Amino acid sequence: MAAFGSFCLLIALALAAYNLFGGALALRLLATGQPTRVSPERLADTARRAGIAAFVAVTGAAFALIWSVFTNDFSITYILEHSNRALPIPYKFAALWSGQEGSLLLWAWLLGIYGFILRLRHKTDVRLYAYAGTILAGVQIFFLAILVWAAPPFALLPGYVAGGPVPADGNGLNPLLQYPEMVIHPPMLYLGYVGFSVPFAFALGALMMRYPGEKWIKITRTWTMVTWLFLTCGIFLGMHWAYAVLGWGGYWGWDPVENASFMPWLTGTAFLHSVMMQERKGMMKSWNVWLIFSTFLLTLLGTLLTRAGLVSSVHAFAQSSIGTWFVVFMCIVLAVCIFTYVLQRSHLKTEHHLESLVSRESSFLFNNLVLLTACFVILWGTLFPILSEYVEGSKVTVGAPFYNSVAVPIGLFLLFLTGVGPLLPWRSTSLKAIKRNFVLPSIVLWATVIVCFVAGVNPWKSGAFDQGSFYAMVAFALSTAVLTAILSEFFRGAAVIMRQTGRNLFAALWLLTRRNTRRYGGYLIHIGVVIVVVGLAGAAFNRSTEKEMAFHDQLDIGPYTLVQVGASQDANADFDSDYAVLDVYKDGKKVFRMTPERRFYHLGEGVQPQTMVAIHSIPEWDLYVVYEGINQDTNQPIIKAFLNPLVGWIWFGLAVIVIGTFVALVPSLTPATAALRVPGTQAAPIAPALKGGA
Amino acid sequence: MRSRAFTFWSRAVEVSVLAVAICFSLGATDASARFANLSHRLYCTCGCAELLGECNHVGCPESGHELKELTAAIASGLSDQQILDGFAAKYGATMLAAPPTKGFDLVAWIAPFAVFAAALLGTILLIRRWGGLGGKKQTAAAGEAAAGDPAEQERMERIRRETGSDGGF
Repeated sequence: MAAFGSFCLLIALALAAYNLFGGALALRLLATGQPTRVSPERLADTARRAGIAAFVAVTGAAFALIWSVFTNDFSITYILEHSNRALPIPYKFAALWSGQEGSLLLWAWLLGIYGFILRLRHKTDVRLYAYAGTILAGVQIFFLAILVWAAPPFALLPGYVAGGPVPADGNGLNPLLQYPEMVIHPPMLYLGYVGFSVPFAFALGALMMRYPGEKWIKITRTWTMVTWLFLTCGIFLGMHWAYAVLGWGGYWGWDPVENASFMPWLTGTAFLHSVMMQERKGMMKSWNVWLIFSTFLLTLLGTLLTRAGLVSSVHAFAQSSIGTWFVVFMCIVLAVCIFTYVLQRSHLKTEHHLESLVSRESSFLFNNLVLLTACFVILWGTLFPILSEYVEGSKVTVGAPFYNSVAVPIGLFLLFLTGVGPLLPWRSTSLKAIKRNFVLPSIVLWATVIVCFVAGVNPWKSGAFDQGSFYAMVAFALSTAVLTAILSEFFRGAAVIMRQTGRNLFAALWLLTRRNTRRYGGYLIHIGVVIVVVGLAGAAFNRSTEKEMAFHDQLDIGPYTLVQVGASQDANADFDSDYAVLDVYKDGKKVFRMTPERRFYHLGEGVQPQTMVAIHSIPEWDLYVVYEGINQDTNQPIIKAFLNPLVGWIWFGLAVIVIGTFVALVPSLTPATAALRVPGTQAAPIAPALKGGA
Repeated sequence: MRSRAFTFWSRAVEVSVLAVAICFSLGATDASARFANLSHRLYCTCGCAELLGECNHVGCPESGHELKELTAAIASGLSDQQILDGFAAKYGATMLAAPPTKGFDLVAWIAPFAVFAAALLGTILLIRRWGGLGGKKQTAAAGEAAAGDPAEQERMERIRRETGSDGGF
């Protein structure tokens, strides 16, 4: 199977190369109109088919690796290092992305899937898709070349000959990765990372061919939204994994790998907003092109940072010597982008015109400003240790206090814009309209501040100024104000429909959303973001306590009392475990039972400990209990308990974001010509589709 | 001539900046608060990658005595900066959870705000160049000029316009 897998990769590389060069030649011939013996259209079509065949070949390679994992083929170095016989079946799949070579194969395979879909949909716009498919083939060649020469996933054990002896068992999968979310988190994240190659290919292709009109923007926007959704889910799943597995009570540690995933998310989000300026007003064409170029480059930079060992990260499993490959590829991509832009920039010239500072257009500009500043801050913080070491000769740490001081205020400003932006109309607004739209959110904002003080959220409570509480209070106040602003937009629109059609509130809201899914889907996403922010702000009030607990010992945290009612051990083929049984009481009544655990995975000759946190989650907080270990002197378990307020809101917020994105992706119900009948103005007919819409 | 909307927003921003400045300038500095603050500006040196104030895992060979050193340093009357400098000198600069605010490392703190300020200025200049601050007469409040309740007219018009097409936000 190793030979088959390697062969598939070689074939895929050859096919991708044909796709790139054949496609480029065909497009060149089409552009110049030069007469040739072979029809350029046919050449372009064979290149497209080669791209599809390359996907089939990469699929073959991915299948070969998975097959090798399931058949315990320890003659392959990668399988030996990342799997063993006792590994449960779902984690056998996870072995595909648990190491450098496998994760790069996953990358190439996902790129193949995206390319396959893109090439199947070529009839949407044959020429644009041909450009995008050709560019995508260039990206695919890079990853396949790494897999063939720099990080081959099917490399055999040194000195191994066919039929010769192989190790009886493998080293096993990193225990940190043996958690259900690890089966879906990396593919989600990679779907996000890899997916940005597609809008990049469309943007570059459209620029190369001087694509007339803005249709490519609409095509790209859909791809970007899907990709953005995958990346968002990937990031949040990673947060949840860190929260549930690492046992430190948090979900975001500003680790370079986390930062690497967050940066393209920020620029991608900026693109999704600023692209509306191009669609509606034909503005910011160059800016949008560079935003998508930057997003793609940031996905490569993030991979470079973590895999080249440039910065220390908890994701050290991925470190290797392939950094040079990424540097060279990034330089090539950047050079191509700059060259194409300089050559074709006249195509992007637009008439910029703003009527007012206080307008939707301006809010998009500020939104982009804040998102890109946040991206810069994170990039700067991630790279500064390298810079400092280069300049001063000694490394410094850029940890949570730096990001909390710099990035949090920027994030709060962004939250403010989330509320303000949608309330501003295009072109300009009047003072009267501002007052009308902002009075209620402002009242709610200050009411929240008062409620916070009354509830004890007081930054000056302990005598000194507590930055965390202050930011939390601001976040709560802004969140309620933004939520009020968005909900009032929903209800105002629904009120009009209720008046016109006689529908009830829910039917009116449903119809309103369906009539402009993009707008109201966007609002739902904003509501999700607000909910996430509320959850994040809760971290300012985390509490924790630790105790060695003998039988019937008690540990108090918040309203809960934990009583140790048992401590035992267990074992299976994959791991041994120590665990404690804790009865949890509230107001003197037993409410539930928790069993925090510490596992000891058998990895080859060694053992690796792993925490299995017990979490009881309610909207108010999470009771998070960690089995820390055993006191060797007394043989009693040591339990650490955290009370983390509002953490559940973060995961709920993600669900709302996902729903909002799906809504925004669904086409709106009525044609653009449909309008509601508005009293006092010229009556507009209600579109037939509207009548049956709800 | 500046529009009324611009004046309104300018004042709102001024008041907000002032409020934030006052908030940050207030507050006492008792020992326990200083301890909580400083222990979250240092990393434990045991390799657990946790802040000193949060590292109390079983058998940590470092956090116990480092926390005692911190308590002693606060009691001795040293300033926050002197305490942080002392820890950095003894255990290395990587113990500090954030770059120091002196020498080249000060750049780490300045750059984000400088970039933000430059970008903000650039955006405002851009808006000005594009006519957003150029005193063009406001035109959108069409509803206010209409017959009947102007505010209601404008709102209706906006909702009709924005829900009547698939034009995004």
